[in-house]
Amino acid sequence: MKERRFVRELLESKQRILALSFVVGVAFLFLVIRLWHLQILNADDYHARSENNRLRFVPVAASRGTILDRNGVMLVSNRPSFSLAVIPQEVKDKEALLTLLSDLLGLDRVEMSERWKKNLGRAKYYPIVLASNITRDQVEIVEENRLRLPGIEIEMKPVREYTSKQLAAHLLGYIGEVSEKELDSKGFEDYNLGDYIGKNGIERALEAELHGNDGGRQLEVDARGRVLRTVSESFPTVGNSVVLTINALIQKQAERAFGDQAGAAVAMDVTNGEILAFVSNPGFDPALFSGKLPTDVWQGYLDDKRHPLENKALSGQYPPGSTFKMITALAGLQDNMINESTSVDCNGSYDLGTSTFKCWNKKGHRATNLRKSLRESCDVFYYQLGEKLGVDKIAAAAKAFKLGTPLGVELLNEKSGLIPTSEWKLKRFGKRWFRGETLPVSIGQGAVLMTPIQLASMTATIANEGTIYRPYLVKRIIDSEGKTLKETKNEILGTASFSKESFRLVKSGMLSVVNEPGGTGAMARLYDVKVAGKTGTSQVVKLRDSKKGIPYQYRDHALFVAFAPFEKPEIAVAVVVEHGEHGGAAAAPIAGRILRAYFDSKKPIHKEAVGLQQEEDEDKNTDEIEEMKKPSIVKEPLVNLDAAHD
Amino acid sequence: MIDRRLLINIDWVLAGLVVTVCLLGILNIYSATTPYKIIGTAYYIKQFYWMLLGIIISLFICSLDYHILEDLSYWVYGLLLLLLIAVLIVGKRSMGATRWLNLGFFTIQPSELMKLVIIVTFARFFNNFQSAGGLTVKEALIPLSLLAVPAALIMKQPDLGTATIVILIALSMIMYVGLRWSTIVTFVCVTIPMFWIGWAYLLRPYQKNRVLDFLNPERSRLGTGYHIIQSKIAVGSGGLTGKGYIKGTQSQLSFLPEQHTDFAFSVFAEEWGFIGCLLLIIIYLSLVLWGLNIARRCNDRFGGLLAVGVTAMLFWHTVINIGMVIGLFPVVGVPLPFFSYGGTSMITSMVGIGLLQNISMRRFMF
Repeated sequence: MKERRFVRELLESKQRILALSFVVGVAFLFLVIRLWHLQILNADDYHARSENNRLRFVPVAASRGTILDRNGVMLVSNRPSFSLAVIPQEVKDKEALLTLLSDLLGLDRVEMSERWKKNLGRAKYYPIVLASNITRDQVEIVEENRLRLPGIEIEMKPVREYTSKQLAAHLLGYIGEVSEKELDSKGFEDYNLGDYIGKNGIERALEAELHGNDGGRQLEVDARGRVLRTVSESFPTVGNSVVLTINALIQKQAERAFGDQAGAAVAMDVTNGEILAFVSNPGFDPALFSGKLPTDVWQGYLDDKRHPLENKALSGQYPPGSTFKMITALAGLQDNMINESTSVDCNGSYDLGTSTFKCWNKKGHRATNLRKSLRESCDVFYYQLGEKLGVDKIAAAAKAFKLGTPLGVELLNEKSGLIPTSEWKLKRFGKRWFRGETLPVSIGQGAVLMTPIQLASMTATIANEGTIYRPYLVKRIIDSEGKTLKETKNEILGTASFSKESFRLVKSGMLSVVNEPGGTGAMARLYDVKVAGKTGTSQVVKLRDSKKGIPYQYRDHALFVAFAPFEKPEIAVAVVVEHGEHGGAAAAPIAGRILRAYFDSKKPIHKEAVGLQQEEDEDKNTDEIEEMKKPSIVKEPLVNLDAAHD
Repeated sequence: MIDRRLLINIDWVLAGLVVTVCLLGILNIYSATTPYKIIGTAYYIKQFYWMLLGIIISLFICSLDYHILEDLSYWVYGLLLLLLIAVLIVGKRSMGATRWLNLGFFTIQPSELMKLVIIVTFARFFNNFQSAGGLTVKEALIPLSLLAVPAALIMKQPDLGTATIVILIALSMIMYVGLRWSTIVTFVCVTIPMFWIGWAYLLRPYQKNRVLDFLNPERSRLGTGYHIIQSKIAVGSGGLTGKGYIKGTQSQLSFLPEQHTDFAFSVFAEEWGFIGCLLLIIIYLSLVLWGLNIARRCNDRFGGLLAVGVTAMLFWHTVINIGMVIGLFPVVGVPLPFFSYGGTSMITSMVGIGLLQNISMRRFMF
């Protein structure tokens, strides 16, 4: 009995061994399936992750290209900014080090300690910036005490420097951290969050040239974050420099001429479209924008009735007022509605149907021919002419000057202005054009809008008798060694085909504006050069903030366009003074100073005398370029730049 | 001392499989420790010595008749319980746990020995405990108590890995003996609330973290979850054929934790790929199946129970270690037998192999 039970037990246990073997087999099968999953199905993914693991990429930001004026005067450069950084893995006694640092350099111990704490999550080999923007003296102290400060490093990174402070702020623009939205857009495929890009002006428009190629080092590190070796190193390529068509001397004088007044001015080379001065006033400090803009400064910009952040030269659209009379006159001459001797009797107003249109001079100009109509800016002459022409003929003349479309200056957001036609009104408002509406248009009011660039372009085209050049700001692109990479060639957008005689009549009218008794633009007169121009005063039809009742908002805009020398025009200028009231009084003097600066800058003696310390600056800047090219000093990506402006 | 007849009967399959794994292990340890700064003897050489010592010990165990263990088992069991208690009182603390006991001339890890002792103790218990149609709840209470006391002591050290292995060995042996269905159902009903109590009161925070990290490795990229992620990256990046010997980036750059001990398999998987892993797993599978085969061929109940226990020990170590390394189980600090660097593990496993040899060799003696 006992024997039988033993045998049965034995058999039973042998069966269980088989069952256990089966369980074992299944368990091992699970391991194999899992390994299959990891090593076969997801091998590529894990392989990529292992590569990533091993190699850490420490980017080295490229130094941005500089921006220079046409004569090589540095407008935007980079200056080295030093910061004190620590590599945590090399520090044994953190507290002692912090104490020593605050003793030696007079830096705030608590602040350094906090910055250190904030960055603890990062790899131990990654430098933590303890203090930004330290002085050269502090740098020297650190260098002297190198041995006592293990793990402490001085980092140098390029910081954008706007050499002439606010000069041409709108034109140059500013840089800032790339936004996520920008990262998603075309042309930013190679950018990473934290990169700095041009946000505005030339900085933005020529981002691709200025940015350069970031370099970096591939470091092999272990799991503890210790650097084992540098696997590869790519040096950053300094961005290309942009040479503008701007003449810094003229620019400076133009901005000075505006003083506190809001407005814009554009000076253009009549023979090729180069923009010599590009002013939007008041300006701002572009350097502030690359870091954290202090809230009060920002609020100050927003609250300012003069809208400092608006690029008025590019995006400001103003009724051209009487500066538009040249267009109406040319239209009339072309259509033979008027000739040199056509005379109109101005009694101060003009009646059309039940409406009365007033001339600015209530007393009237009496017998007025074309020349006088320009010189004294008689409105009635143009009311009458405009009524005869009709809006579409005026518009056709304006469009012959490429008005109503952006002219293709390099900057972004160039506005197109507006030249109304009957068709436009029908489309826009679904109503037909009334004859009475043509009258304001003929004196540059009503719906007519032009940007300062268009005003300058129009004047230049009149001056050169028909050639419309594309206004441009970038003269050439040079590499960091100064070799020219691209040279902008002037581009003819079209021809305003009016007869030579028509141009001659209009131009001589403009000459009388500045140089003859009774002319409205006498304040733009120069003693040595014959200036021709035209004043304009445009009504601010739309009353912004009318509830507040601030008179400033109601005041008329003052305009002045001019070219010189009359005999062989070189430069055209357009000036808009927002709410400056009288073109002749507010805008003409500014145009005069711009012209003065232009002709002065042509004199060789003057160049040296005023000079903007041109040569000295250049020397310094090439040194800095050299310095910027050394990549080893730039340890951290520009991400932390904002820390510099805390 | 060794009977000539026994030598003829040496189980060469068993010996061959074990030595193969040992040599692969040494090869792998060489690679895994290249990035280490080595002071004194290199790890792979030490492991070689441990292997030799293990073989000698297992030969010694072969020479004794395993039946003497039957008489000694309860005494050894009692002694070991005392040692486990001693560890908690005067043990050497390292890495937040107290596992080692200094005996003057050398240190021992009683919990490691418990793996073997529980096998012998259970074999002894079940050999004398005959039960028809499987254990009843009442009958199972005695072996479970024998298990619970040392398991709790080990857990207290804390050494979750060893405790788990001890419990799994014991449970495997109970399964081998057989349970009634009613017993199984009862235990399942009791165990689940016990788990809850254990989770709430017994597990240390780091143990809980390990379990949580296992369930969600991304929970803490630099904590224990980091180990799982790094290990999975190592294994996965090995692909089909591996990155090549001493060319595994994960291991050569020390991304793996304890890569010469508990995570030795990750190093191997990264460098030898799926093919290498498959080969190694087949060797382990053969070893375990061969162990069960020894149990099957054994004609005495005590020997069969011993063989099943030892095989269970090897099996659970293997499955838990590899499973942990490839993210199937939580990280519990269980070495891969013969493969991971470490004297304790080598000796324990070799003692087990000695026992298997012993049983295998003596199957004709009855």
